[in-house]
Formats: sequence, structure tokens, C-alpha cells
Amino acid sequence: MAAMTPTAPDVTPESGARAAARPTTPVRTRRRPRVWRGLVLGLGGAYFLVPLIASFVFTVHTPGQGVSFEAYTALLSADGFTQSLLLSLGLAAATIALSLLLAVPALVAVRLGAPRLRPVVEVMCMLPLVVPPIALVTGISTVLRWGPDHLSRTPLYQTFLAVQNEDFPFVLVLAYTVMALPFVYRSLDAGLRAIDVPTLVEAARNCGASWPYVMLRVILPNLRSSLAGAAFLTLALVLGEFSIASILGFRPFAVWIVSISGAQARMSVAVSLLSLVITWLLLLVLSRAGTAQTGTPGAPRTSRKES
Amino acid sequence: MSSATPTEGTAGGTRRRRRGPRTWLAALPLIAFTALAFGLPLGALLFGAVTRTDPATGATALTGEHLSRSLQGPYLGSLLGSVQLSALTALIGSVLGVLIAQAVVTSRSQALRSAVLTASGVLANFGGVPLAFAFIATVGISGVVTQLADLTSLGWNLYSFGGLAVVYLYFLIPLMVLVILPALDGLRPQWREAAQNAGAGGWQYWRHVGIPVLAPSLLGGFVLLFGSAFAAHATAAALVGGSVPLVTLKIADALSGNVMVGQENVALALGLDMILIAGLVMAIYLPLQRRSARWLR
Repeated sequence: MAAMTPTAPDVTPESGARAAARPTTPVRTRRRPRVWRGLVLGLGGAYFLVPLIASFVFTVHTPGQGVSFEAYTALLSADGFTQSLLLSLGLAAATIALSLLLAVPALVAVRLGAPRLRPVVEVMCMLPLVVPPIALVTGISTVLRWGPDHLSRTPLYQTFLAVQNEDFPFVLVLAYTVMALPFVYRSLDAGLRAIDVPTLVEAARNCGASWPYVMLRVILPNLRSSLAGAAFLTLALVLGEFSIASILGFRPFAVWIVSISGAQARMSVAVSLLSLVITWLLLLVLSRAGTAQTGTPGAPRTSRKES
Repeated sequence: MSSATPTEGTAGGTRRRRRGPRTWLAALPLIAFTALAFGLPLGALLFGAVTRTDPATGATALTGEHLSRSLQGPYLGSLLGSVQLSALTALIGSVLGVLIAQAVVTSRSQALRSAVLTASGVLANFGGVPLAFAFIATVGISGVVTQLADLTSLGWNLYSFGGLAVVYLYFLIPLMVLVILPALDGLRPQWREAAQNAGAGGWQYWRHVGIPVLAPSLLGGFVLLFGSAFAAHATAAALVGGSVPLVTLKIADALSGNVMVGQENVALALGLDMILIAGLVMAIYLPLQRRSARWLR
């Protein structure tokens, strides 16, 4: 409710002006918008809610057999569920760690002492937006094919094999990090824009803080909400990613859902629904964290807009 | 898949360059990584798309053959199919997204607003496989709504061009809402009042004030939606398999060896085609985004 207070004075003169303007344009202008607004919101709401409700009904109700929650209860014991979920979570953790480790120092450095690098870093981080994942994977699979074709006698070949390890395909982490960079960049850039990095660093350094201390105890805590935003977007991206993993022949979560859909349609829908609910909860937690931590009203809105 | 914020403006304190000549070293890992994990595949894609290696001699020669084949026959059909589907869904999504956003803005209800914004944030990311399955459960062959409303007898088929369009709109409309809501907020009530005081009707206000001010955001949103729909693969793959000709599905087919050997290079050429189209989209979108930012503060 506190967030409402600053907007209230803004609204009053406006509505006052409206009230003054109203006599010239009678009831008509007030009535009509309400009807179309209700219609638009109603139809929109129906379009977005019906698939969710219908999916839920589909998972629990079998025509002629009544209601059962088996699709959900059988999940944990389903073949490959835990494995693929753990693989996806592991990939997500590695992707988040790698992308933040790469992006945070680079962005802070650009703010601190290398402004000329700024456009370079921005373009590098934004370019992946131009390349659809499916095009990226064509390139990756071509590069991977060089392994057996040209490099089988060199030590590099072992690296090629290692990154394609079935248990933890590191090549996916590389691809996902590339895909996540635009989102990570934007989230961090928005966070850095809100704080005065050079002043903070200078103050901390003058007090005798070491560089690691400055990064860990001064810069990062100030970036908490944008780090959380970047991590959340990356998590959602990795959990839902299908194209690259399926073409390279690995089986994380999204690929697993498709692979069971033929035999267990109900379960695949149940998992899809669960993944939506989990994403939703994560987003809510994130926007709460954003509002609670930074007092600025801009911060939570930015993270929401960017997602 | 996400809306871009304008990236103009300068850093908080770029003047302190004496802060050590080695700060740029911290950006080196990022640059090296991008060169390796992004530049290398991209280079391989480009190289493979324009060259041909003779299997017997191993000699590599420059050729336009793959690119020209990617623009012929079924490949051209899939490119056109993707462009058509993306343009159609982007157009419908833009219109409906603007309507919803305008309804939210005019209602001035804070609760409705934050609910719609949060929902849009989630739904805009709800692409891919889960979305396809939600729609299969709803309006697929044995879907709940299909059974209830007997859609099959009405000629409904989810696994078609029209079906895909309905599914794509599920993530495109929220994306448009996210993009256009700030722009609609930027339309000051005072402008409308000024127009009314000058004797303009509702239509004249939109024609001469509203639409021109919104134009960059509208076009930018449309282009962003187009790019989103164009690059989408997972939803279509989980939904239609191969019955609708889409370039992403064709590329996936060619890569997973569902077609004869030697097609990989055509897949690379198709990938290049896609990058060119997506690049064009971004080249239109980013300047527009910058222009529209003028009105938002």
C-alpha cells in the first residue's frame, strides 16, 4: 500500500480535470469504455485461463473413470523424471554461475575504467538475440563434428568428447550461457545504472578494502535484485530449453517431457502445468525480493518488464 | 523473447580512467568466451553455408549452391511458411495486446494492473514444450474443450497453421502487453484533454495524437513479436512435428539426419537465412525502441 501513496496526489488533479471536462462530454464517454474494457478483459482472461483450467481437468479427470491424481503422484517414480530434472537443474546452476562470473566483472570494469569497451561488451551480449537457438545449434553441431573429422589425433579431441559427456553435457552450458547473456546483461546493466559504482568503489578502497572485498561486500549486495533477476531468467530459460538439447541428443527436462508424451499424455501435461506454476512462484518471490530490498519503486518494475 | 529497454545514456562515472589501466582485463573472459562459444559456431555456420568440401579430395571450394538451394522448393516453402505465420500472429498479437494494455491503463486499477503485468511476465516466457502440451490437453484431438464443444465437427484442427497461430498468440499477446503498456502510460491525459478542448473527437485524437506518438512502440512491438514467432521451434516441434512447413522444423529435420546425407549444408544455409531475417528484425526494432523512449519520461 505504501507504493500507492506517491501516485495518489498525481491522480487527484487528473481526475479533477476529468470531472471538469465531463459536463461537455456527457455520460456516453464514461459508459462506452467500461463495456469494451470489460469485454476485452473478459475475452482475454478466458483465452489465457481456459487452457490452464482445461489442462488441469485433463490431468485429473478421465472420461468414464472419474477423478484421480495419479498423473501427479506417479511422477516421482516415473522413468527418467528425477534424472532429467536433476540434469536440467545442474545445467541451470552451471549456466547461472558461468554467465554471472563472466558478465559481472566485465560490466563493472566497463563502468570503472574502460568506457570505450562499453559498446563492444553491449554488442557482444546482445548479439545472441539476433541468432535463433536453432541457427546457433546448427553452428554448434558443425563445430562438434570437427572433432571426429579433423582432430581425432590431437589432444583437443579429448576436450570435444569431455564437453559432450552424457552425464553432464558441458556443451549445453556453453550454448545456454550464450543464450542467457542478453538477459543477464540487461538485468545487470539496469542494476548498475541504479548505483554509482565508481564512488562506491573509491569509498571502499579509501577505507582500505581489498578488491575481492569490494566486489563481494560492496558491489554484489547492491546488485542483489538484478542478480536474482538474471539468475531467475536463466533458470527459466534452461529448464524450458528444448531445441538445442534435443538436436544434440541430450535428455534434460523439456526433452524428457516430449519423449513421454506419446505413452503418458496425462503425465506430460501434468509436468507442463507444474512447470508453469513453479515459474510463476519463482517470479512472485523475485518481485517480492526486489521490492523488499531496494526501496526504489523502479527496480521491481524493471525486472518484471524484462522477464 | 524479451522486451528490450532502451540502452542509451552514459555510465555513472566514466571519467575516472586513471583507476588503473588494467580494469579492461576483467572484460577479457567475457570477450574470449563469446568469441569461442558464439563466434566459433557462427563462423562454422557461415563457412559451411557458403563452401562445399569434396568428399574424395577433401578440397574446399566456395559455392553459392547451398544458399540457392535453401531458397528453392520445400525449403523456400518453409521459409515463407515461417514468415507468414510470424507476420500473421505478430499482427493479431499486436492488436490484441494493445487492446488489453489499453483496457488495463484506462481502468486505473492498481490491482488489475499488477496482476496483468505479472501474468504477462510469466506467460510471455511460457513458450516451448509445456505450452504445446497445455494446448493439446485443451483443444487437441481428445482435449477437454474439443470434447465439450465438439470442435472437431466444426472443422477445428490444432495441428495446422491456424492451430499453431492460436498457440503462438498465447505467448505473443503477453509480450505485446509488456512492450506497449509503458508506451500507453506515456500518453498523458492532458493531451487528450487538450485535444478535446480544441474540439477533437475520439477518432481525431487517436488519428493525430495517439497513434503518431505510439507508432514507434507499436511497430517495435510488432517486429519483436515477429522475431519471437519466427525463432520459435520447440512449440511447433512438440505440436505439429512436420505437418506445417516451418523453417525451424526443416532445420531440425536436416540436422537430426531425417533427410539424406549432404543436407547439413543446406541446414546451415537455412540457419544463415534465419539469422539474416532476425538481424533485419532487430535492426528495425532497436532504433524504434530508442525513439519511443523519448515519450516515456
